Amino acid sequence: MVKSFFKRLTSNQLFIPLLALILLAVINLINDPGFFKITLGTNNAGNPVLSGYLITILDYGSELGILAIGMTLVTAASGGQDISVGATIAIAGSAMLRVLCGGNSRPDHIQAPIIVAFLVACIVGMLCGAFNGLLVAVFKIQPMIATLILFTAGRSIAAWINNNELPIVPDPKFSYFGSFIPGIPIPTTVFIVAICIVIIALVLKFTNLGLYTQAVGINENSSRLNGINPTFIKFLAFVILGLCVAVAALIKVSRLSTINYSVIAKDIEMDAILAVALGGNALSGGKFNMWASILGAYVIQFLTTTLYKFNVQSDALAAYKAVVVILLVVFSAPKVREYMAGLGKDIAKRKEAA
Amino acid sequence: MKKKVLAVFMATAMAFGLMACGSSAQQAATTTSGGSDGLIKVGIINNDPNESGYRTANDSDLKAKFTKENGYDASFAYSLKNDEQIQYAQTFIQDEVDYLLLSAADTAGWDSVLKDAQAAGVKVILFDRTIDADASLYEASIVSDMAKEGQTAVDWLAGQGLSEYNVIHIQGVMGSAAQQGRSGALDNKVAAETNWNIVKQQTAEWNAEKAQQIVQSVIDAGTSFNVIYAENDDMAKGAVAALDAAGISHGVGKDVIVMGFDCNKWALEELLAQNWNYDGQCNPFQASYIDDIIKTLESGGTLSQKTIIMDEKGFDATTITQEDVDNYGI
Repeated sequence: MVKSFFKRLTSNQLFIPLLALILLAVINLINDPGFFKITLGTNNAGNPVLSGYLITILDYGSELGILAIGMTLVTAASGGQDISVGATIAIAGSAMLRVLCGGNSRPDHIQAPIIVAFLVACIVGMLCGAFNGLLVAVFKIQPMIATLILFTAGRSIAAWINNNELPIVPDPKFSYFGSFIPGIPIPTTVFIVAICIVIIALVLKFTNLGLYTQAVGINENSSRLNGINPTFIKFLAFVILGLCVAVAALIKVSRLSTINYSVIAKDIEMDAILAVALGGNALSGGKFNMWASILGAYVIQFLTTTLYKFNVQSDALAAYKAVVVILLVVFSAPKVREYMAGLGKDIAKRKEAA
Repeated sequence: MKKKVLAVFMATAMAFGLMACGSSAQQAATTTSGGSDGLIKVGIINNDPNESGYRTANDSDLKAKFTKENGYDASFAYSLKNDEQIQYAQTFIQDEVDYLLLSAADTAGWDSVLKDAQAAGVKVILFDRTIDADASLYEASIVSDMAKEGQTAVDWLAGQGLSEYNVIHIQGVMGSAAQQGRSGALDNKVAAETNWNIVKQQTAEWNAEKAQQIVQSVIDAGTSFNVIYAENDDMAKGAVAALDAAGISHGVGKDVIVMGFDCNKWALEELLAQNWNYDGQCNPFQASYIDDIIKTLESGGTLSQKTIIMDEKGFDATTITQEDVDNYGI
């Protein structure tokens, strides 16, 4: 009884991210119970807003949560990762600003409706995804090498789109996507993530995307023999990631209503990959659990926020994330897993004896 | 078959790459020709203008000054990499330019190429950044004094007469000249005065998003503060976004004093609207100084000093005018 419970618990994919989340929560609770306090205040525009560490985590984890959706699919289908997402966020964001500001860095009013700019960004993001997908699916280049192209060139392309200008969007409505809609005290980003999650949940439930992706990831040849087109599935995964990138770009650009090509979404690709790994998904492809990845993304943001709270220098954050990676690698190693399973059996035996 | 396709693809990519390299080198070579009509030939090596608003302003200032109308035949080469810059310098020396203007990506490695320049009779003027080379190898250097920028800002802050200074200090990329100069002045002041405290000292690496998170973290912790000292405008903007979201007032006569550096135009407009309090200048306009030096040398005069430190202002939101925004905004 105990054995089966223990086994069920550790074999569930949500186990690792949940354990990490609880661990972080407990550390913060012991250190300062005020960490969990949420207060209702007003912002400088006079609108009610919720604030507190938990709200901060939900808010700032949004981009990562959205990227984790696409990254999980890419990882599962291609057995590799897309390292160009940070650079493509710069490209999509730059395209969005180009449409909004019409090539003028300081317009008096926006030149096109926000929805048009967003759709353009979606198309640009999906084109970047399609480019990566083409290299990976058709030309059979390793995903990390294929996406290295946009990783290297992306930020220069983003600067070129706007003639090296740094446009500022004059319309306060544009900033709602990265902050608060007047009258609603919950960050808008939370709703955007919720919409993305609902969409992907519906897609996974009512289409064969999930099943086909896993089939391609586990064994490409046998899935082809079963009538699945692996090339298309891989290509599709990258295009979906491109769409996720465009949504993340909307949030990123909206936060400050401007863009800085060299630093926007810097190093976010590594966090996105870490989220997938933290969700217990094999980085070599195959079976995946979308919800564990998204949870993993928020665990990373939880860690980042906690480290800021403890006054860790922000250039040292990467070192702490590295510790998480090491722990993950150790825990997912077959040797350790065997040992853990043995430990579970021992406990069960002792219980039976007593 | 597939391998063949891949090979062809890679070969094409490489060929394109070579063409790209070739064309930029050619550009550097061809634009210098035709300096026989009384124009002064200058070769200008700068960092990539996309690097920052500062660099964009610096580049357009140089381009506006060194024109045919002003008596110059100028050619430009850009790179953020030292070795590429050295190659450009060699090209310029072979092209027999009269003056070589240089904003070096890295401080080291310039000795041999500058000796070549000296042997070829090319006069070298450094702008914006200094290098680790013997001073006899260049005619003059025109630089910003980052420590002075920091000191001006801290003196201004001390002049505000607050009873207590609780500062959030947002730093640039650690170890950069701008960070060291601007941090140093504040650190000294905090160490010397009892009513100056650092609430939080963090590097946001010139990144607005990081600055926003850092300030958000201080607000979430419920710590009180009344000054934001951000080492550039972008980070000050990120910090202000966090203040706005939390309903903390900032600007002239408000709860929190906001300070930035670099004098971007949009930042000076924030000052004009009294949303921020102070912006320190980092002067990118070296062209007129260089022009003066070249004119002096051409007329056979000597320079009174080798290192010229540019005038840099600090703007106060209570005294800034639209004219300042137009003149000094970059």
